Amino acid sequence: MIVTLSHYLFLAGILFSISILGIFLNRKNIILILMAIELMLLAVNINFIAFSYYLGDLAGQVFVFFILTVAAAESAIGLAIIILIFRNYQSIDVADINRLKE
Amino acid sequence: MTNIFSVALPEIIILISAMSVLLLGVYFNNKNSTSLFGITQLTLLLSAYFTAQLPMDSKLLAFGGMFISDSLSIYLKLLSYFSLSLVLIYSKDFLFQKKLLTGEFFSLTLFALLGINLIISSFNLLTVYMGIELLSLSLYTLVAIDRKNKEASEAALKYFILGAVASGFLLYGFSMVYGLTGTLAIDEISQQLMDAQASSFVFSFALVFITVGIAFKFGAAPFQLWVPDVYQGSSTPITMFIGSVPKFASMAMLIRLLYQSMDYYVIDWQSMLLIMAIISMLLGNITAIAQVKIKRLLAYSAISHVGFIFLGLATGAVTGIASALFYVSAYMLMTLASFGIIIILSNQKKNEIIEINDLAGLAKEKPWMAFLLLITFLSLAGIPPTIGFYAKFSVIQSVIQFGWVWPAVIAIISALIGMYYYLKIIKIAYFDDPNSDKKFVKQQNFEFTITLSINVMAIILIGLFPEFLLDITTLTSILIF
Repeated sequence: MIVTLSHYLFLAGILFSISILGIFLNRKNIILILMAIELMLLAVNINFIAFSYYLGDLAGQVFVFFILTVAAAESAIGLAIIILIFRNYQSIDVADINRLKE
Repeated sequence: MTNIFSVALPEIIILISAMSVLLLGVYFNNKNSTSLFGITQLTLLLSAYFTAQLPMDSKLLAFGGMFISDSLSIYLKLLSYFSLSLVLIYSKDFLFQKKLLTGEFFSLTLFALLGINLIISSFNLLTVYMGIELLSLSLYTLVAIDRKNKEASEAALKYFILGAVASGFLLYGFSMVYGLTGTLAIDEISQQLMDAQASSFVFSFALVFITVGIAFKFGAAPFQLWVPDVYQGSSTPITMFIGSVPKFASMAMLIRLLYQSMDYYVIDWQSMLLIMAIISMLLGNITAIAQVKIKRLLAYSAISHVGFIFLGLATGAVTGIASALFYVSAYMLMTLASFGIIIILSNQKKNEIIEINDLAGLAKEKPWMAFLLLITFLSLAGIPPTIGFYAKFSVIQSVIQFGWVWPAVIAIISALIGMYYYLKIIKIAYFDDPNSDKKFVKQQNFEFTITLSINVMAIILIGLFPEFLLDITTLTSILIF
């Protein structure tokens, strides 16, 4: 079987959908949401690298390096916010964090 | 040939100042916040000076075509400096009392401003993304800066999750655009789409992702979920910052991505923007009626104002951009004034103003503040002779010129619905009896009161003589293309 561009795009699409489902259907843990966000960015990275390879253009791979760097900063801030939540609520359960609802 | 240092000098100044303010804050052990305030204001002044030196009528590219300086970038950057300067003046005392006026606060606001400037000046998808992330990461941290506050940390979490999802959508759209056109530069994307001369289904798919991402960042319905929670949860100065300055960045992002790079698909994004505009105007105004907390009410009001901005931008015409630019400038003045009044009264009251009933009896005890509140909320409601009226008028005028009558009718109906809750606040401030347990303390802060009064007077003056500002926005939007 020859791996074509559409295979990569299909894989990225599936990963992206899994991460969206992970964020919106998840009713348990905030860490899982953070992992889903990372997965979303990785799906985009697969897209960029596949396009970059098939177009023979380097810009996409450069973009991936920037996304990886930003994803690291983003998860650092996400984890810091989770620590803050744990200090204030003694829990990181999504269901417990609902003070801002009227 | 342009010298990159002259084009990007404002950004370089902001970056250096953001880093040195953070270090100085640690060095002073956060005890000398007045000097940090001074340095930040000086930075804004210098950046404004160097931005104003750039020519309005030519497009200067720098950093290999990734960074552009044109009329749009100059206009929006100057507005950003101005509004951030006002935000800092208004938030100074409030944050000082809460012991939050630290080097981190000034540094994060300056980094957020750097992100805003980067988005405004971006001419490549990579710079758009870096700007968005710089802005968003600073804003998540700013919301969480009140560390011991449960609401603030919850708001930060919600903002973080939804903001990250929005960035993910935007990036997925960017990757599709890159795959289809083979380039990341905004002008080349536009050229490629023109050359292809065929609507591709995949490209419409990418366009949906990008528009959803922009709408998330703008806070337009149906992607407004984060707006009420973040407005309510963060401390009032941070809410004021989030509500005013990043709107310029979202606006610039929309114009750069949709008008400048995907102008070939104008029919597709026009209908999306129109639908979102109508949902935002109606949903924002109708939901705001039920609110009792003032910041939540202003959040829904913000959603409805974003609907008006989207309505102007949906026309895809130069007059539409001009009216939207006018609206966003007017909205900045009104947001700053309304939050400024909440902050100045919270400073002077034992208890912070949280519910709209806390404003009861304001006219008897503080007639001047009540008058400022009256003007600001009349302007938000869109009653002449204030700037809010003329902003709504110019948007509706440009929409009708374009031949869309029914969206204009819906806009007018939603503005009428909105009048109810704005007038309700004025009624509470003027005619209701004061609460016995809460007192407005007689304590004056001249600098704050005078700035706030000038801000509110500007709302009336520009409302009386709107041609001056309208000429600037029209010139700006003509020179974009």
